[in-house]
Amino acid sequence: MLITRFPFPSVSRLLAFLMFAVLTLAAMPARAVLPIEHWTAPSGARVYFVRAPAIPMVDIAVVFDAGARLDPPAKSGLASLVAGMLDAGVPGMDEEAIARTLADIGAQRGASATDDRLTVTLRSLTSEAELAAALRVTERTLSAPTFPAAVLTRERERILQALREAQTKPETLAQQAFSSGLYGSHPYGRYATEASVQALQVADLTDFHKRHFSAARAVVAIIGDIDRARAEAIAQQLTGQLPKGQAAPVLPAVVRPSGGERRIAHPASQSHLLIGTPGIAWGDPDQFALLVGNYVLGGGGFVSRLYGEVREKRGLAYSVYSYFIPNLQPGPFVISLQTQREQTDTALAVVRETLTRFLRDGPTEAEVQAAKSNLVGGFPLRIDSNRKILDNLANIGFNRLPLDYLERWPDRVQAVTVEQIRAAFARHLKPESLVTVVVGAGAQPAR
Amino acid sequence: MAAGIACLFMLALVAGPAGAQTTEYMLTNGMKVIVKEDHRAPTVAHMVWYRAGSIDEVNGKTGVAHLLEHMMFKGTREFGAGEFSKRIASLGGRENAFTSRDYTGYYQQLHKSALAEAMKLESDRMHNLVLSKEEFEKEIKVVMEERRWRTEDRAQSLVMEQLNATAFVASPYRAPTVGWMNDLEAMTVDDAREWYERWYAPNNALLIVAGDVQPAEVLALAERTYGRLPARPLPARKPQIEPPQRGLRRVAVKAPADNPMVVMGFHVPALRDVERDVDPYALEVLSAMLALNDTGRFTRRLVREQRVANAAEAGYDMISRGPGLFLLMAVPAEGRTTEDTERAMRAEIARIATEGVPEDELKRIKTQYVAAETYKLDSIFAQAMEAAQLEITGFAQRDDARILERVRGVSSAQVQDVARRYFGDDTLTVVTLLPQPVGEKRAAPPAGLRH
Repeated sequence: MLITRFPFPSVSRLLAFLMFAVLTLAAMPARAVLPIEHWTAPSGARVYFVRAPAIPMVDIAVVFDAGARLDPPAKSGLASLVAGMLDAGVPGMDEEAIARTLADIGAQRGASATDDRLTVTLRSLTSEAELAAALRVTERTLSAPTFPAAVLTRERERILQALREAQTKPETLAQQAFSSGLYGSHPYGRYATEASVQALQVADLTDFHKRHFSAARAVVAIIGDIDRARAEAIAQQLTGQLPKGQAAPVLPAVVRPSGGERRIAHPASQSHLLIGTPGIAWGDPDQFALLVGNYVLGGGGFVSRLYGEVREKRGLAYSVYSYFIPNLQPGPFVISLQTQREQTDTALAVVRETLTRFLRDGPTEAEVQAAKSNLVGGFPLRIDSNRKILDNLANIGFNRLPLDYLERWPDRVQAVTVEQIRAAFARHLKPESLVTVVVGAGAQPAR
Repeated sequence: MAAGIACLFMLALVAGPAGAQTTEYMLTNGMKVIVKEDHRAPTVAHMVWYRAGSIDEVNGKTGVAHLLEHMMFKGTREFGAGEFSKRIASLGGRENAFTSRDYTGYYQQLHKSALAEAMKLESDRMHNLVLSKEEFEKEIKVVMEERRWRTEDRAQSLVMEQLNATAFVASPYRAPTVGWMNDLEAMTVDDAREWYERWYAPNNALLIVAGDVQPAEVLALAERTYGRLPARPLPARKPQIEPPQRGLRRVAVKAPADNPMVVMGFHVPALRDVERDVDPYALEVLSAMLALNDTGRFTRRLVREQRVANAAEAGYDMISRGPGLFLLMAVPAEGRTTEDTERAMRAEIARIATEGVPEDELKRIKTQYVAAETYKLDSIFAQAMEAAQLEITGFAQRDDARILERVRGVSSAQVQDVARRYFGDDTLTVVTLLPQPVGEKRAAPPAGLRH
């Protein structure tokens, strides 16, 4: 077991956080920082490709606009279950045969769903026999999953058991109350429950797949040791059997919540605290001001104000940080920490004071300079492996960011001013809309 | 902005193998330097590892290795508290540190132009650390929060903690790396200082630099920084060999949870001699056979066919300074018990002991190992971690290829042989989680965890 000095947010969160923080670059070079090739496949899927000949492997992500936000009401958990069961069977192959085929060629396949996206990834060697076999199976799981009833019964049982376990954990209760507090009845505010998972039937999976797995909703990101022609063929192979389809349905707007504090009693030794509000969607003009500002507030690892006030000066928590997750619609702004239950109110007061002061005075000029020098100077770390570049390609594609997004990023970070940060935080973090959730000590709000 | 800056960020997506060229040096003070080249991107990972982990701790002072790791950020005679992190951040760096049973490590990932500064800062805190009572009093509270977060409120962590505390009697592997809570409560700044003075010496450390660098330049920097620090005599390490277990040990843990769970640990050897050893390689293959992704027998048979478990895992780490332990873990399916899953997991091993392993299954496992070797090249950081782990455990980083070769050479008969010999009752420890309702009253903690 390895234990680290600072716990980073859970993987999915971290990913979202990085994707936001990621796309930085210092200057505007004549050549592209990352030579991204982009085209639309004959199927209609949008493709983003980078050639990386150094290692004889390829990484592929097929991203569908088919995330959990499209779960029908009372069927939360459907998108995740669809993702998890794509490889449960295709005509002529059961789950065992699919798993064996991939293992026999050393390929690695994964699938998961977030609020916005349903993503299937494939990592394969580029030797022709291996790659061809990996693509053949993966294509079948995308276009013709059979969702066998027996597997569904089993997976439902497993998910229900995991849900019941999660329900005993303060972090789960906090996350659920926080989602509801921020988003109310908007799909971003829903989460899987025993009832919603019990309700999932084969017809729901089949229907979800039919409605949302289409080429028009797909982005294919590819990086690896293959040429453009091969990449074109791969993208078409993976999406050519899908229906053309249409754009995803438009969801209701996110409404600013009324804020307030919710306390849930729990006997754990630490209280779990979440404070936040709906933040921004991709493309928000304040994105860069918020990125730089949040670095100062709680995003910058060991040097943020929250880290300094809560942990370094007072020893009140091991883990404390803040982040924005931009989504298709405004994703959350979150401050998160855990502290010994007896000192819950002390820690909460310190966080509130730190946030209030930040919202009132903004960051100092020196803090903003330090933030920029970290974000810009650290840019190459965000694209120094195929895996990281794949994530960037998927992000640019899925959120329809311009191809020069990376090139322009550093200038946009550099251009941020103290005043812009203060104004952006004032626009997006209204004190009266801040939702506070405390799971642990005390059932009543402290004030 | 200047094109010069742009060049710094340009990705070198050049053709040619990325297989890292590795160079080794030994500084005159006994500090080993390893440089792994990867010129795909202008970044570098800089790591210093100390051969000092919780295995080197003594009773009453558990957790001190990890506490010292936290204190390493609290300032030196040259730089104030927090200054290390501020400087690394302003260089665009990412950093962290980690403590395990076997070692403590510190790393920064940066643009290559920042390497010299990182080496200056890291070598400074190797010998210049200021351990003040005031900073210690705050940081020990942070570490106690970490223990609560990591262990106290997590049923599965409590189960693992009890497994180690029961399976090991004499070996320091019995104590958690984060430390027992009471040891943290009783810890003093002098304990931290004693640890630092004992183990933080260049001749007990390893430097690894991986990324877009030239070995000669790294060596020159290393000589100017770490190379100036004097070697110090290191204390003798007591072997603390775990005596043979003489019979089954069975323990229950009550903790707030919903799902029951069972963990089994069997004493097995760790790798000591890359050429002569056979069993560790066979055990490695056995664990993969049982639980490597969805094709492993546990998922295939216990989760899917028999529906006795909702999750079942096997784990074995052959690279470790201390004794080996082969782990089996399972969460029973609805309507099944921990006894059922325990029996089912042991039946899978018994089956391999009787029937051996079909060649196609063995081949499938090995194919995945081989592919993983290629995939590994995508992360220079992961390669550096692996190399450091080998070195700090007493192997050489270049043993890596030979170890893989030995794993690939494992035969069906060898897997069958270890399945026969190591999985009896007498060297087994079983810990069962008895879920307690999450009520207004706190469930009683297991004995020994709190005072």
